[in-house]
Formats: sequence, C-alpha cells, structure tokens
Amino acid sequence: MISAFLDRPVPGGGRRVRLPRPSGGEPGALPVVAGLALIAAVFGSLNGHFLSAENLTNLALQMAATGTIALGIVLVLLLGEIDLSVGSVSGLCAVVMTILNVHRHFPSGVAVLLALGVAALIGLAHGLMFTVLRMPSFVVTLAGLIGWQGLMLYLLGREGTINLPFDGPVAKLSDTWLPAWLSWTIVVVAGTGYLAAALLVRRARIRSDLPVSGPVPLALRTGGLVVLLGAAVAVMSGDRGVPLTLVIFGGLVVVLDLVLRLTVPGRWVYAVGGNAEAARRAGIAVLRVRLLVFAGASVLAGAGGILAASRLSAVNQSSGGSDILLNAIAAAVIGGTSLFGGRGRAYAALLGILVIQSVANGMLLLNVDSSVRFMVTAGVLALAVAIDSAARGGRR
Amino acid sequence: MSAAVLEARGIGRTFGAVRALTDVTLELRAGEVTALVGDNGAGKSTLVKILSGVVAPDAGRILLGGEPVRIARPHDARALGIATVHQDLGLCENLDVVANLFLGAEPHRWSLLRSLRMERTARDLLASLDVRIPDLRTPVASLSGGQRQSVAIARALLGEPRVVLLDEPTAALGVEQTAQVLALIRRLRDRGLAVLVISHNLADVRAVSDRIAVLRLGRDAGVFRTSDTATETVVAAITGAGAAA
Repeated sequence: MISAFLDRPVPGGGRRVRLPRPSGGEPGALPVVAGLALIAAVFGSLNGHFLSAENLTNLALQMAATGTIALGIVLVLLLGEIDLSVGSVSGLCAVVMTILNVHRHFPSGVAVLLALGVAALIGLAHGLMFTVLRMPSFVVTLAGLIGWQGLMLYLLGREGTINLPFDGPVAKLSDTWLPAWLSWTIVVVAGTGYLAAALLVRRARIRSDLPVSGPVPLALRTGGLVVLLGAAVAVMSGDRGVPLTLVIFGGLVVVLDLVLRLTVPGRWVYAVGGNAEAARRAGIAVLRVRLLVFAGASVLAGAGGILAASRLSAVNQSSGGSDILLNAIAAAVIGGTSLFGGRGRAYAALLGILVIQSVANGMLLLNVDSSVRFMVTAGVLALAVAIDSAARGGRR
Repeated sequence: MSAAVLEARGIGRTFGAVRALTDVTLELRAGEVTALVGDNGAGKSTLVKILSGVVAPDAGRILLGGEPVRIARPHDARALGIATVHQDLGLCENLDVVANLFLGAEPHRWSLLRSLRMERTARDLLASLDVRIPDLRTPVASLSGGQRQSVAIARALLGEPRVVLLDEPTAALGVEQTAQVLALIRRLRDRGLAVLVISHNLADVRAVSDRIAVLRLGRDAGVFRTSDTATETVVAAITGAGAAA
C-alpha cells in the first residue's frame, strides 16, 4: 500500500522535488572520484612528494595529450564502436604538422590546422570503410593502427627525429603557464557561469511548471565545482602555475560535453549508439552521424598528438606509439563510458586520464617496476569494466 | 458509420514463390478500432508493412480519404498521417522519455535542442493520454513494458496522424499493463483516430475493437462487428473451420 502510494505521482500536481541522481541512472562519476581519493591517499602516504605542488603540476602537464585522445575514444565508444588507430593518427598528425612547420616553413597555426585537416580526412576514410563497406570498426581501425604508423615512419625518413624549435609557438604551448590572476579569473567565471546558467534553466522550468531540483543540490554542485577548481588552481599556482595545455584539454572536455548534451547532432550520437535501427527508422541520418564521429575522433587524436609533440619539442619514431592508445581507451572506460554504446559523458576522458596518470606517476615516484605498473593499471581497467557491465546488467 | 479514412483494395504481394497476400481489402474508419487477426503466416505483418511503407505491394490500391496515394517509403506513410508502432517499439533505451518521444524530430534552434519545449510538450501529451510516468527524464530502459508501449504510441501521435497502426501492442505484457495499453488504445479511438491493432490475443481484441478483420493464408476471411459476433465465429474464420459451412 505504502509503496503504491509513493510510486504514484499526484495527478495534475505541481512541481515535485526531485533528488539529484547520477546522469541517466548510470553509475556516474562516483566510483571514479572515490578511486581518485583512494589513489591520492595511498600514494600520498607512501611518498611525501606525490601530493606536492610540483608533482601535481607535472601530472596536469602529462594528462593533456593522452586525455585529448581519450576524448575521441569517448566519442566512438558512445556509438558502440572502437577506434584502435588513434595512437598512430596522433603520431602521424604530429609528424605532418612538424614537417609542414619545420621543413616547409608554414606558420605554426597553419601547420596545425592542415595537420588536423589530414586527421579529419583519415577519420572520414575510417568512417566510410565502416559504413559504406560495412567493415567492422575494429578491423578498419586496426588496419589504421598499422598503416598510419607506417606512413608516419615513411614521412620521418632516415633521420627518424625532427625537432621543433624550442622558442617556436608549438613548443611554447607546453611551456606556457597561466598567471595566478588569470587562473582565478577562470575559476570565478566558470563558477558564476555555471550558477547563472543553472538558475536561468531553473527559472524557465518553474515558469513552464516542470519539475526542478531544490536549491540545495544546486548550491552544493556549484560550491563543489568552485572548490575543486579552486583547489587545483591553488596547488598549481604554488608551483609554476596552471599549464596552458591543461586549460586547452579542459576546454575541449567542456565544449564536447555541451555539444553532446545540448545539440541535435549530440543527441543523435547517443541515439545511434543506443539503438541504431530505431534511430534510422526515426529518420536520423545514421551514416552521417557515424562519419562525423569517426572524423571527430581522429581530429581529437591529431590534436592530442600535437600536444604531445609540443611537450617533447620534437617528433620521433615512437610518437603516438607505446601505450598511448591503450591508456586512451582505458581512460575513457575507467571514466565511465560504456563499451556497449550510448552511455557516458565527455568528462569520462578527464576523470579516466586522471586515474591512469596518477597511478603511473605515483608508481614512478615509488620506483615501482613498469611490470607492476602494467598489472595495476590492468586491475583498475578491469574493475571499471566490471562496474559498467554490472550497471548494464542491473537494468535488464 | 463514417466513411473509411484508409482503404486498401485488392492488395497482393509475393515474396519469391510465396504468395503472402492475395486480393486483400481492408478499411479503417475514423473513431474506430479495427483488429487484424489471423494465424501465424496469414499475412498480417505484410499488410501492415505495406500500409506503413516498409514493403511495396505488387497489386492493389491504397486510398486515403478517398484519394489514391502512393506509399513507397516509411517517410511517405508518415507524411500522409499514417503512424506505425512496430512490435519492437523502436525506442532508444539509453535515452530518456522526452528524447525518445522526439527522436529524429527534435525541435531546435541553430541546432541547439529546445529541451524545455520538448519536455513541456511531452508532459502535456502524456497527461492528455493519461499515461503515468513519474519522471520523464528517466531512461526508457528503466520503464515497465506497458510504459514503454505507451511511450511508443505517444510518439506516433506527435506527428498528428489520422491513422495509427499498432503491431502486437499487448504481446509480452502482464495483465495490468495490458489493461493500461488497451485503455490507451480506446483513448486514441475517442480522439477520432482510425486505429488498426494486430493481435494474437482474442480476449484483447474483443475488449478493445469495434470490428475484426480476419486474414487466412493471405486472403480475406471476413470482417465482423465485434459486438455481435461470437468468439467461436472469429476462431472458425481464423482456422478455416467455418469455410465448409
């Protein structure tokens, strides 16, 4: 009786107070945030240097490149597909940019844009092979993984390394630190912007007599955002400041999240990832959505490759190689993007790469052998996928 | 008795050597629920697919409001005001109720979703159909079967159709949820829509329909007024047992 009473909404009743819930009944960010706290506590107690301003700033600097690549992985995972070529594409794109800039003397900005254009074409090619030729995305991008790395090595030629000028704009990108006043301005603008947007939406919802959440969760969320950003800025300003590349990565995350949640193409990405057949029948141009996503993933991979080249001030034969691809995929999944498509948010890339880099960084500080590091990373990844599968299983 | 909104006349269709439909005629009237019954393989699904533009007929004509129309694609059917709810519902389980209602037809400005307008329209539409879903922003995956069916039917109504085709709307539903969906179908009728319901369940057919059209082996096997026909008569038409009589 009581449960029946509770389940029934009041017919024609006014606004109901809704509890804040993780987006769409997904496990949400909570497990990851808890994991991060755990990682910080463990490494912080084992090595006093882990939580120092210098190390945390290094961590922020290390995140940007692979994090940007992981952002592209989030996109393809939302479709329920995979892109194994992002590592190779990031390396190739960085090499193209460097050759245009150093050997052909294109201005840096033009070189970057042209390289990103090449990445877009590569992604489009993947997408066409996947949609028109109906090849599985796994195979298409596996071929890409091998082939684009081959092209990169070919372009690098016999030298195998091309240095970017240390004082050039691209290399400078990774050595630019926001002054404290600018960082704090960003915190204030982000906080007030978030609050203002939320209040505007809230007022519009009340006017339309739609249910709204109470003011307390809103205040808590805004406060939490400001405290988190503020803490990050306070720590990094204690060292060299907030690295520009982190701001670029953070900006990309925010923009992609807004595009996915608030625009028609973003909604269609979720629809195609959730049920492609239903999306097709509803009149959604499934083919175009898929092409767009694969192109987007490659462009983000290219951007990540350029960030990596900027940090190294060079490109070489191992650009985009080693564990970049695996870390990017692991980050997207650990951050909470479902492998089954249609569930996840852009913030997964940020949270996931934080976990991966923290573990890697902490183990490096502890002088743990890379063999152990691999096993621990694997454990974290397995745990994240288990949470995803359990959450999915619970809904069926 | 109003004139037929949608008429299919002399419809025929073969798939290879199989004659799925032969000279079938069907009339759907405004404010009336017509049930389409028949054994497995009788051609019910093929007929609905022809009316909804999924399959093209080999022979016959389709008239809408007395005018002959051509339905070559699902889009044509929708544009003519014929909405179809397929048995698999075609919902995206990861999206919420509002997103599913407007799937593929999201109102937008500069490609920004107009979320508030969508949610308002969704709320009003579902309220007018007396469909109870506590939170419109829950993913469809967490709804009951009856609620999902209701969402799929409500979505069909957003295009302001004149005709609604429902393929097995009560299959796989429990007793109470079946009752809810049948009540929803009656409300569609009360709105003046012409409704076609495919069903295997003669109890449901009896509960909701005004007329029963029977298909047997791809041919017409009679149209009955539900109120003055015994179930046995319908069963006989379905199985062909009455053909000899």
